[in-house]
Amino acid sequence: MSTTANVKVESDRAPRQILESAVVRFAGDSGDGMQLTGGQFTLTTALAENDLATFPDFPAEIRAPTGTTYGVSAFQINFGGRRIKTAGDEPDVLVAMNPAALKVNLGDLRRGGLAILDIGSFTERNLQKAGFKTNPLTDGTLDAYRPIKVDISRLTLESVKALGLSQKEALRCKNMWALGLIYWMYGRERTATTKWLRAKFAKRTDLADANIAAMDAGHAFGETAEMPSDIGGFLIPKADIQPGLYRTVTGSEALAWGLVAGAELAGIQMTFASYPITPASTLLHALARLKSYGIVTFQAEDEIAAVCAAIGASYAGSLGVTSSSGPGMALKMEAIGLAIGVELPLVVVNSQRAGPSTGMPTKTEQSDLFQAIWGRNADSPLAVIASRSPSDCFDVAIEAVRLATKYMTPVIVLTDGYIANASEPWLIPDVNAYPKIPVAFRTDPEGFHPFLRDPKTLARPWAVPGTPGLEHRIGGIERDYQTGHISYDPANHQKMTEIRAAKIRGIARDIPLQAVEEGEAKGDLAVVGWGSTFGPITRAVSNLREKGVRVSHIHLRHIWPLPANLKELLEGFDRVLVAEMNAGQLSTLLRAEYLLPIEGLNKVSGQPFKIAEIEAAIQSRLGK
Amino acid sequence: MNVTTPLEKLTPKDFASDQEVRWCPGCGDYAILKAVQKVMPELNLPKENIVFVSGIGCSSRFPYYMSTYGFHTIHGRAPAFATGVKLANPDLSVWVVTGDGDGLSIGGNHLLHILRRNVDVQILLFNNEIYGLTKGQYSPTSRIGTRSPSTPSGSVDYPLSPTEFALGAGARFIARGIDTQLKLLPDLFLRAYAHRGASFVEIFQNCIVYNDNVFADFTDKTVADDHQIHVTHGKPLLFGKDGKRGLRVKPGSFDLEVVTVGENGIAEKDILVHDETSRTLAQLLAAMRPPNFPMAIGVLYCNPVAPYGDRVYQQIEEAKAKAPAPGGLNALLRTGHTWQVSD
Repeated sequence: MSTTANVKVESDRAPRQILESAVVRFAGDSGDGMQLTGGQFTLTTALAENDLATFPDFPAEIRAPTGTTYGVSAFQINFGGRRIKTAGDEPDVLVAMNPAALKVNLGDLRRGGLAILDIGSFTERNLQKAGFKTNPLTDGTLDAYRPIKVDISRLTLESVKALGLSQKEALRCKNMWALGLIYWMYGRERTATTKWLRAKFAKRTDLADANIAAMDAGHAFGETAEMPSDIGGFLIPKADIQPGLYRTVTGSEALAWGLVAGAELAGIQMTFASYPITPASTLLHALARLKSYGIVTFQAEDEIAAVCAAIGASYAGSLGVTSSSGPGMALKMEAIGLAIGVELPLVVVNSQRAGPSTGMPTKTEQSDLFQAIWGRNADSPLAVIASRSPSDCFDVAIEAVRLATKYMTPVIVLTDGYIANASEPWLIPDVNAYPKIPVAFRTDPEGFHPFLRDPKTLARPWAVPGTPGLEHRIGGIERDYQTGHISYDPANHQKMTEIRAAKIRGIARDIPLQAVEEGEAKGDLAVVGWGSTFGPITRAVSNLREKGVRVSHIHLRHIWPLPANLKELLEGFDRVLVAEMNAGQLSTLLRAEYLLPIEGLNKVSGQPFKIAEIEAAIQSRLGK
Repeated sequence: MNVTTPLEKLTPKDFASDQEVRWCPGCGDYAILKAVQKVMPELNLPKENIVFVSGIGCSSRFPYYMSTYGFHTIHGRAPAFATGVKLANPDLSVWVVTGDGDGLSIGGNHLLHILRRNVDVQILLFNNEIYGLTKGQYSPTSRIGTRSPSTPSGSVDYPLSPTEFALGAGARFIARGIDTQLKLLPDLFLRAYAHRGASFVEIFQNCIVYNDNVFADFTDKTVADDHQIHVTHGKPLLFGKDGKRGLRVKPGSFDLEVVTVGENGIAEKDILVHDETSRTLAQLLAAMRPPNFPMAIGVLYCNPVAPYGDRVYQQIEEAKAKAPAPGGLNALLRTGHTWQVSD
């Protein structure tokens, strides 16, 4: 939280501090509605024209026993008058709705940060459930912070008393009370949330009234001097954002829309087959709502059936798409190998999560890079691309459709749990401005055989059942280079293996040369990243560059094949540091490909990188 | 201009591919292939609208020998591929060819679900009670005590009944045939094709190399009449050389019993009449085994409901009618909360 000046705003009791940016974390029980609260604050903040980034962090348990630490759900938002790149290293304000939320989140709070605590929930029993031996409100736990102790529970009950709700229903409004207080704190309008509540509780107007009353009460609490006198609220100026029409978007939404756009640009139908798995299911949900766009979604009986149905759909002339997360991807791999062998287009989205095995389903990681590139039997190359942010998923999805259809190959899109769930403002693109993706099904029987290749792309023709004269058989048994018939010929297998590899390698000629995201193309150190590490790397690099450090940021979208100029680019730096949320997969890949002494900065805690962690790593490498 | 070209009448030969058939000499698959090729012209479909999808195993080589579209996929998953094909293009006639190992062991889950969903495909399950292509291990339909390389002392697990499995999975069409009955098989395939929804046909198929004569207890000429009953909708359930043996509900029970017309006061009116729409009767027929009962052959069950694809596309059409989405995707991206940032 960087302060620039104080201004006196009319009707405020104390001057509002002007901040460049702020980080707020809402934390409470899974049932406390923290994700909804965060979502509303995000929307309102976006309407106030701040730039922002969010990080929803929720437990795998649907409704863990109330009051436990493992049932704590949190939503963090970083917003400001400057470009926001990450959800923020550490919260300036922590809203803790119960002792467990305090226990889990206090360690992240900036020293001196505000801890807004619902002391009404700090009962003996709740303290015990959270594992506090003594009361943190009085035992000095909060000494390094500025606690604001408010009986939110009681105040909420009072604010909705007139509406005659049950105690349980009334108490469920306390997230809106807290939101109201935070709205006051940052000078936010309440109209959008009021409207949203009216729509959400259209059939229970008493609940809408209660939630609005609670929000208003929380807001009034701030305004009417019930807060400590040194806390006067904050003012965050509008960000300098490119003009245009905006919305907030999560990675899953952007992916869904990007896939629909890709299919539309290619002029083909899309069939999406998937099996529920955290954190990938939201993509299935998003696409299932798009029936009016002719999207066929299929919830298969398992991961294997999902990918097989998608391949079957591609075989029949639709764009087959499937999605999953790490363990589900492992199940799909045999079928993906078939799609490589029979050379059919397929888009596979992997929302990565912490592993191995079930690992931590709701926590983010980037540890499926090896699985994506090499995780199949035999020599089975395909294309792998990665999105760097929620909104980037839109373009990445379109690129996946382009590569899959042009090269008749499976394309794996790597996102992660963070990207899938986090949201950011998005300058809504004009779909008509995207170049069309030319897809031509083969119709001419003259000289046709199913593995007749385009001399340039080496792709085979897409010959779809229903086309007269092109009846043919394809399958997992090696196919003859000349006829496509079954072949066990040794020389043929050698040739087919080589051509499959050459086809995928050739994609490198069809993707942009790797650019430097920030900084010069030569220097002391390049930080290389891929996927959702984009935010913290770019902020860390720009922070250090402002201090004169000769560091550059290179961020990969195309992981396999790698951009044609990447080796040359990396050779321009004295040192190369790959920052990734795994034990060193991209760094190993780059060392293997380029024989360069590449170093790794690796984090696998289930949490995104902090900017400070990357800054520290750069500085230590450069001896500064 | 709408000009409909009458379909050129195709012959069974037109459905044979140019590939050399590589099953063992004497394999029951040859006869089934012939029966399928025989029935294809009867479908009156353009050849290009027919797709054969298979998994892995001897039976799953089938698509290579048909001159239609064909997709030889991976072990056990043919139903899932077929579902995708059918979802993408409901106009295609999709035939799944599988075996007892492919369909009921590694692929049991997918077979269960394609039947449950009632995807409009024909599933031909070649049951030879053995793994052929992997050289003779016992399969999930092998009878208890089956000696094989993996069960040298005889198998100890109980076998699965494909038709009972299909019925349990919710199949709406269940038929049984025998590889050597070249007259009957095309009729069964035609019935399967005519049924809209998942049609399940179990074909007893002799593996001459690893499990020869395993079905001899009801297929051998000497016992066939007494150990097979050919069921026809609306006809009494009679069998036997002279057609005098029949099935009736055993008085005081829910079971069937074999009786003889003219003996013990049994008249033809006492014999059950086959009702292929009765799930209960189908269950009883499917469960019958020699030697105490004849093996039921023919259409055991046919009781159609709307296929999966119909309902999928109906929802899409309804959604389109409700939200015609003018402006397409651009409009979609601009729905919900948006805000304008001005210069």
